[in-house]
Amino acid sequence: MKIFTDYFDRSVESYPDKTAVCDETHGLTYAQLSSLARKTAAALISCGRKRSAAAVYMDKTPECAAAMLGVVYSGNFYVVIDSKMPAERIRLIFDVVKPFAVITNSDLAEKLSETSFDGKVLTQDEINETEADDQAILSVRAEMTSSDPMYCLFTSGSTGVPKGTIVTHANVVSYTDWFIKTFGIDSSTVFGSQTPFYFSMSVTDLYSALRTGAELAIIPKKFFAFPIKLVQYMNEKMVNTIYWVPSALCIAANMDLFRYAKPEHLTQVLFAGEVMPTKQLNYWIGHFPDCRFANLFGPTETTDICTYYVVNRSFDDGQPLPIGVPCDNCRISVIGADGKECAPGQEGELYAGGPFVAAGYYNNPVKTAEAFVQNPLNSAYPEIVYKTGDIVKYNELGELIYCGRKDFQIKHMGYRIELGEIENAACAQEGVLSCACIYNGGTDRIILIYEGKTSEEELLAQLRARVPEYMLPAKLVKLGTMPHNSNGKIDRALLKANYKDQ
Amino acid sequence: MEELLEILSEVKPGVDFETEKELVDSGILDSMTIIQLVARLTDEYDIEITPMELVPENFNSAEAIYAMIQRLED
Repeated sequence: MKIFTDYFDRSVESYPDKTAVCDETHGLTYAQLSSLARKTAAALISCGRKRSAAAVYMDKTPECAAAMLGVVYSGNFYVVIDSKMPAERIRLIFDVVKPFAVITNSDLAEKLSETSFDGKVLTQDEINETEADDQAILSVRAEMTSSDPMYCLFTSGSTGVPKGTIVTHANVVSYTDWFIKTFGIDSSTVFGSQTPFYFSMSVTDLYSALRTGAELAIIPKKFFAFPIKLVQYMNEKMVNTIYWVPSALCIAANMDLFRYAKPEHLTQVLFAGEVMPTKQLNYWIGHFPDCRFANLFGPTETTDICTYYVVNRSFDDGQPLPIGVPCDNCRISVIGADGKECAPGQEGELYAGGPFVAAGYYNNPVKTAEAFVQNPLNSAYPEIVYKTGDIVKYNELGELIYCGRKDFQIKHMGYRIELGEIENAACAQEGVLSCACIYNGGTDRIILIYEGKTSEEELLAQLRARVPEYMLPAKLVKLGTMPHNSNGKIDRALLKANYKDQ
Repeated sequence: MEELLEILSEVKPGVDFETEKELVDSGILDSMTIIQLVARLTDEYDIEITPMELVPENFNSAEAIYAMIQRLED
């Protein structure tokens, strides 16, 4: 099996002058991206390290993608660090992966000193002056295998010791195989990229693009506040495929954006990362009836995705969207509390197996052993599967339905409750733009936090008509806007911290 | 204007909104803060801020924001 950069090299050969990655200000062609990555690799190879971590501490730019590829060419794996991340959190991540080098630019290099990092700091200026060394890259390549780590991805927003998932070349290659085939990605595809490079969703659009000669147009974050500019940018870049978090899609729907401006080239709208409310999805479908819409589902630990649903029928506002069927080459089991496979309609935990399943957590054998486990349905030979912590069930059509996180399922007044069900009911109300439910185990109270025009009293009355008494929130909190984390998703950890005493 | 300055300092504390003229261009107000601010303004002034008004020029200074509000209130 090949490693990822073998595929990238082929794209460089076929499309040297085509834009690979661009943003608002400039772009890099395949040849330029490759050349910059090879210079980066030369600088790193001289450090003499293999299969070790190098951090990429840069904003989301074409040069950042080059730095990531450069680390991969050097036979090491990269860790992308959010440029807005507090120094203390960076230090915690560095404690786990112990990077031998950090690639950054001169603006950010100063902040790096606050993290007590004492390894090699490689700035963009130094890389530009480095000579590429193809012979050195070939020697490194000869020693690499597809099971080598390609990157380590830390999940955001968590507290305590950060957990970094090690994703291999084989993971990325088999995963993008599926994505490219399923969504027909080729050199005519232009992705409008929303998610940061330190978030698993960006692996999908970046690496599917680089394997096929497609273009990745990075959308500047600020455009989500200036939606007319967002549409202008998408039209100028001729973006035809987007893969965004639902919160980003909801921004457009909630302000009725398409009455004022519309992306002209869109053919595919894909989303993942959180639940897509059907009310806002219906708005998009109404304006783009000929587009393909798909709900993708999975954790960082299966590279990005393990199941998907291409929207093929209509859904009422508030009716949950299926997460669909397993991706090719992905084995999904739904396992009940009794350790046996669940019958249709019965809820159980989702286990994922197959080549998308990551190697484990870096430098963390305890957490790895908890989540990457022997397939409970197979006692005959060793087979590692990932225990997702997601509760799902099959519907009568054989599609998987997401019920909630295992740690999100609560016991309240003797009933087992999925907080997601309350959210679905609330989100379906016309005056609700977005919402999140949290549960305070200490006081045994359910709190619903929402954004919208409806008053707390009205919403409570509407909920009374849709959910049983025992599922009614003890408190409703109306916010001007919901907080979002740096990936663009609703920041549940923050909400939980803010309302934990209520 | 004073009411607006108060709202601004609530949404984003620690900024001298009376003198700052590049709130967007210099990155003081990021996209999430602007979305938050728009929700507050819509509520407080009972105005509808359509996507057409959501351009950097309308948010670069307190004066520009104030001018936009007055235009929308008429």
